[in-house]
Amino acid sequence: MEKSTQMGMNRTGVDASPIHSKEMVRGSEKYTPASESNGHSMDSIERQYIEDSQSIGSVPVPGTISGALKAAMKKMTGRNPEMLLNKLGERLAFERSGVRLYDSFILKNQTLASIEGFSPVSMEELQHIRDEEAEHFQLLKESIEAMGADPTAQTPDADVSGVASMGIQKVLNDPRTTISQGLEMLLMLELADNAAWDLLIKLTDEMGLDEMSAQFRKAMEQEDEHVAMVRSWYEQSVLAQGAMGAPH
Amino acid sequence: MAISLFDTKGTPLADQRFTWKELVQNPISKLDDDAFTRVRVILMNGIEQQANRFQHMCSQMNGELREPLANIRRVEHHQQTMINWLLSGDHSPIETTIGYEQVAIEVTAAIAQQEPDEYLAQVYRFGLLEDFDHMYRYSALLDRMEGKDANNILQSYTDVIPGRPTVDEHRHPTDDLRDHYDRTTAQPISKMNALTIMSGEYQTRDYYMNIGPTFSDPVARQLYAEIASIEEQHVTQYGSIIDPNETMLEKWLLYEANEAYNYYSCMESETNPRIKAIWERFLDYELGHLNVVMNLFKKHERRDPAEILPQALPEPIAYQSQRGFVRATLEREVNLRAANTRFVDKSEEREASLQYRAHMNSEGSPSEAVAAGYVWQPGTELSGKAAAA
Repeated sequence: MEKSTQMGMNRTGVDASPIHSKEMVRGSEKYTPASESNGHSMDSIERQYIEDSQSIGSVPVPGTISGALKAAMKKMTGRNPEMLLNKLGERLAFERSGVRLYDSFILKNQTLASIEGFSPVSMEELQHIRDEEAEHFQLLKESIEAMGADPTAQTPDADVSGVASMGIQKVLNDPRTTISQGLEMLLMLELADNAAWDLLIKLTDEMGLDEMSAQFRKAMEQEDEHVAMVRSWYEQSVLAQGAMGAPH
Repeated sequence: MAISLFDTKGTPLADQRFTWKELVQNPISKLDDDAFTRVRVILMNGIEQQANRFQHMCSQMNGELREPLANIRRVEHHQQTMINWLLSGDHSPIETTIGYEQVAIEVTAAIAQQEPDEYLAQVYRFGLLEDFDHMYRYSALLDRMEGKDANNILQSYTDVIPGRPTVDEHRHPTDDLRDHYDRTTAQPISKMNALTIMSGEYQTRDYYMNIGPTFSDPVARQLYAEIASIEEQHVTQYGSIIDPNETMLEKWLLYEANEAYNYYSCMESETNPRIKAIWERFLDYELGHLNVVMNLFKKHERRDPAEILPQALPEPIAYQSQRGFVRATLEREVNLRAANTRFVDKSEEREASLQYRAHMNSEGSPSEAVAAGYVWQPGTELSGKAAAA
C-alpha cells in the first residue's frame, strides 16, 4: 500500500474533533444572518471584468516570408493561419513541458520502485513515451518553422495550457506524492494531449496542409499508445492496492 | 520552567549555522498535523520577517551597529527560511490565507487576554474582530471559487462567522493611530505583545500584497486588494502603540527578547516532535542574539538591560481555541469604531473616515459581494439541502 493510502491521523474533517465541530456549526447558525444563499453573489463583478477585459495576448506575426511559407499560405487562402499557429504553439509548449514532467515521474518511479521493490510501470516503456514526447516537440518546432513562424514564441493558447498544467507539475514534483498519484497526472496530460492532436489533424486537413496532417497522424498513433499504457499502469496500481491482501 | 534572560547565554552566534538541506526540510502535513502547528509556523515566519526588517532599517540609520546587525540578521533570515519552508506545497494560496487569518484570530485573542494594560487589550480586541470578519470573507471565497471547505484548514478550532463587517473597516489613516505605551512605565510583556501582533499583521499585509495579483479571478483580486488595505491599517494601528521614544538599542533588545519568548511559547505547546526541536533550537539561537545585544546595550548606552527586560520569560502564549473569548468580544464590541485614538460607538465616527470609506466602496464592495448570504457549513455550502436540490 502506498504511503498516502494508509489510514492515519487526518484532522481535516468535522469527525476528527466532534466537540469543537458541534460548537462551530451551532455558532455558524446562531451568528450568521439568515439569508438565501445561492453562491452567485460574485457574478456581477465577474461579468463586469469579463466585459471590460483585454486578451491574454496575441499570436506573433511570422517573421520570415520563405517560399515554403508562401506555398503554405497559398493553400490556406481564405483561412486563418493565426488559429493554426496558435494551436501549433500550444502543442509545442505542451509536448516540451511534457518531456520535463515525464522526467520528473521517471525519477519518482525509479526511486520509489527501488525502495518498495515494485512498480507497475515499465521504466523502458516510460522512457520510450518520454522520448516520443521530445520527438513530437521537434516535429512541431519544424512545422512552425516551415510556416515561417517563430517556434520560440509563446502563443496565447500555449500560455493558457501552461497555466492549466501548473497543478499537474506541482503534484509530480512533490516528493511526497506516490506512483499512482503521479500516474493520474500523466493520464490527465495524455488524455488532453490525445484530444489536442486529434483536433490538430482536423485543423490541418481543413486547411489543406496534407503533408503536415500526415505527420501528425503518425504522432497521434503514438499518443494513442501513450494513453493506453498510462491508463493501464494507473488502473493496475490502484486496483492492486484496492484488492484484499495486496502486497503493495 | 521559567527561562531566565540573564543567566542563559544561548547558542553562540558563531555556532548558528545552516545548510540548504537543513533550511529545506520535510514540510508539515496539511492533512495530518494539528492546525496549531501551522499557526505557529506562520506566526514565527512573521516574527522573523519583522526582526529582519527592523534590523535592516536600523542598519540604515546607525553606522556603528551595522556589523552586529548584519551578523545577526543573516541568521534571522535563515531562521525565517527554515520556518516558512515548513508549509507544504499543497496549500492553495487561499488555504494559506485561511491559516494566516487563523493566526490573526487565535494569537490576537490570546494576547488580548494576557495584556495587562486595558487600553492595549482594547486595541487587540478591536483588531481581532476585523480579522475575524476576514476569515468569514475568505472562507466564502475558498468555498465559492475553489469549492473547498475552510474548516479543512481550521480543524474546527476557529469560527467562520461575520465580525465587524470588512466593508466598514476602512478608515481615514488618522483614525488608525492609537496612543502608544509609555516606555518608562509599561510592563515588558506589553512591549513584547505589541511586537508579536504587529509582526503578524505586517507579514499578513505583505503576503496578501504578494499573492493578490497571482489570482486570475477578478473577485479574488479585488478581495485581496481590499483586505490587504485593512492589514495596512492594522500595521499602522499596532505600530503606533509602540513608544517612539525608545532608543534603537532598547527596541532591538525587546525584539530579541520577544523572539525568544515566542519560540519558548511555541516549544511549550508544540505537538509535532520534529517541529518542537526546531523551536527549541531557535530559542537557544535567540538567547544567543539577546546576549550579543545586551552587551551592545551596555557598551553604547551604558545602561543595564535589566531596566528594559524581564528577569525571566513571561508565561507562554496560549495556543488553543479562543472561541468563547472571541464570541463574547463579538457580542460586546462589534459596533465599536475608531475616532482618532479612541474607540467609540459606530454612531460617533468621524466625518473623515465616513468620507474615506464611502469613496473606497463607491464602485462596489468585494468583501460584501463574495460573502452575500454565506453561511458556513461542514463540507461547503454545496453540502446544504437547497444547493444539492
